[in-house]
Amino acid sequence: MAQTHTQSQATAPRGTIDGALRLLDYWATAYRRTWKGSVVSSFVTPLLYVLAMGVLLGGFVEADPETLEGATSYLAFVVPGMIAAQSMTLVFGEVTYPVMGMIKWNRTYYAMTAGPLGVEHVILAHLGFVAFRVAVSAAVFLAVVAPFGVHESWWGVLLAFPVQVLIGLAFAAPIYAFSAGLRSESAFSLVFRLGMIPLFLFSGAFFPVSNLDQPLESLAVITPLWHGVDLTRMLTLGTLELGPALVHVAYLGALVVLGWWWAQRRLQRRMVV
Amino acid sequence: MSTDLPASGAGSMIHASGLRKSFGGFEAVRGIDVDVRPGEAFGFLGPNGAGKSSTMRMIAAVSPVSGGTLRILGMDPATDAQQIKARIGVCPQEDTLDTELTVRDNLVVYGRYFGLPRAEVRERAQELLEFVQLTEKADAMVDDLSGGMKRRLTIARSLINRPDILLLDEPTTGLDPQARHVVWDRLFRLKQQGVTLVLTTHYMDEAEQLTDRLVVMDKGVIVAEGSPLDLIAAHSTREVAELRFPVPTDGGTHEPLAEKVADLAERVEVLPDRLLLYTADGEETVAKVHERGLQPIATLVRRSTLEDVFLRLTGRTLVD
Repeated sequence: MAQTHTQSQATAPRGTIDGALRLLDYWATAYRRTWKGSVVSSFVTPLLYVLAMGVLLGGFVEADPETLEGATSYLAFVVPGMIAAQSMTLVFGEVTYPVMGMIKWNRTYYAMTAGPLGVEHVILAHLGFVAFRVAVSAAVFLAVVAPFGVHESWWGVLLAFPVQVLIGLAFAAPIYAFSAGLRSESAFSLVFRLGMIPLFLFSGAFFPVSNLDQPLESLAVITPLWHGVDLTRMLTLGTLELGPALVHVAYLGALVVLGWWWAQRRLQRRMVV
Repeated sequence: MSTDLPASGAGSMIHASGLRKSFGGFEAVRGIDVDVRPGEAFGFLGPNGAGKSSTMRMIAAVSPVSGGTLRILGMDPATDAQQIKARIGVCPQEDTLDTELTVRDNLVVYGRYFGLPRAEVRERAQELLEFVQLTEKADAMVDDLSGGMKRRLTIARSLINRPDILLLDEPTTGLDPQARHVVWDRLFRLKQQGVTLVLTTHYMDEAEQLTDRLVVMDKGVIVAEGSPLDLIAAHSTREVAELRFPVPTDGGTHEPLAEKVADLAERVEVLPDRLLLYTADGEETVAKVHERGLQPIATLVRRSTLEDVFLRLTGRTLVD
């Protein structure tokens, strides 16, 4: 090579975060191609949902705080549910087919790890990008619904925002791990139909889980989405109780940690053979 | 091994002894010894399934060693994989380019993985695009490139960290003849600049064109080692007379024909459609064949190649 005056040395990363940050340009370049579409849809989708479910369908629902977990309108009840549910559904899209694509179809992960980076950097960067996507769409959602008067306090909304990232990662890490070891994409349609859609419909986003008969109610309250929905709802309605809130955070946090550990294991076994 | 390096492999770019790789019960690499010296172009020649790619993946520090010793730039891939990978360049057999990024972005993004500053990576990308003759394609999407252009881009990408060793796994497989020659030309220039090249190939012409020294691999072991010329001199004759006969329709072979000419050559190889007569003077041998009343459909006299060496050593052809 013709040597130029610049002579930096290629180096091994100094740690997991340093390594993951080296992948920032990849994700930023990839995002620059798609961000316009994703921002428009993250603006329009909540608006349509709030109008259809919150305002129009909600008009038929009696506004009784007794039956709506403390909400003074169905709109105020359903908005936090929809925000949390969106944080989940977005993640399902981001860590299923794209992960398989980067391993199997485009082999992008193999390019990323041919240099000094390892599996741990690839996972942290990918999940970091997913967290960023969740943060953007949650911020847009919270802002879009603000004019409808559904936020009880500004601090509740400020806290509901990072909670969405927590919900997103609680789903992203374990599903990522599942995808990382999968050989064929056919299982994904089951993940969506038997995983995401029932969670979306029956985890208390659209109706209080107490409306379910036993044992369905008990089943609903052990799903991760219910913990996310309940936590988000307590924050936007201003009905926060510290004990249950900490249980929700611990539950979601544990999913992140376990999912992350499993993801390292699965991707390592898949790629380093 | 015939090498003038000390047994420890000190000073070698790559040192392997008794290197093994197994996948479950299958042994892909069954104890090989290799030393690659600085600045040399070293080849692994062998058919598909010989263990070349498994060896390359271990050298690239992305596949754990199953047994034996492996040192790359004096480092152990089991403990220093990240340090090793920062100093080598890898051109994989299957393209791993990002098809939705531009040609330039593929280089820039990749360079950042090595911890190089953005401005410097941009500068290097520009130089490398020139080197692989893709400057005017810089802002095209990778999807729009031909196979040969993609391969050149992959080579450019593997050079972004100015590697001490460049690993090329089947660098021209799947390319048309013209595109292959462009790739060979670029690799030859790198070799002249002193870059240590390590490549696998199942094309004997590629091995002859590019390598100073090579090992012939078959079924996970090394069956011969040397320069292309040395190998030909040691394992074959100067010339080969190829006699083409109709493929026997009764399911038989050309063995009976071979027996009739056995004394005309040092060695006769029997292939389904032809006989190969290994001899010092091909024309003279062909003339003697005709004198004996044999009527081949066609005859060809050529120099011995690595293909013949491989056939001699393994009893099989390289591309099957």
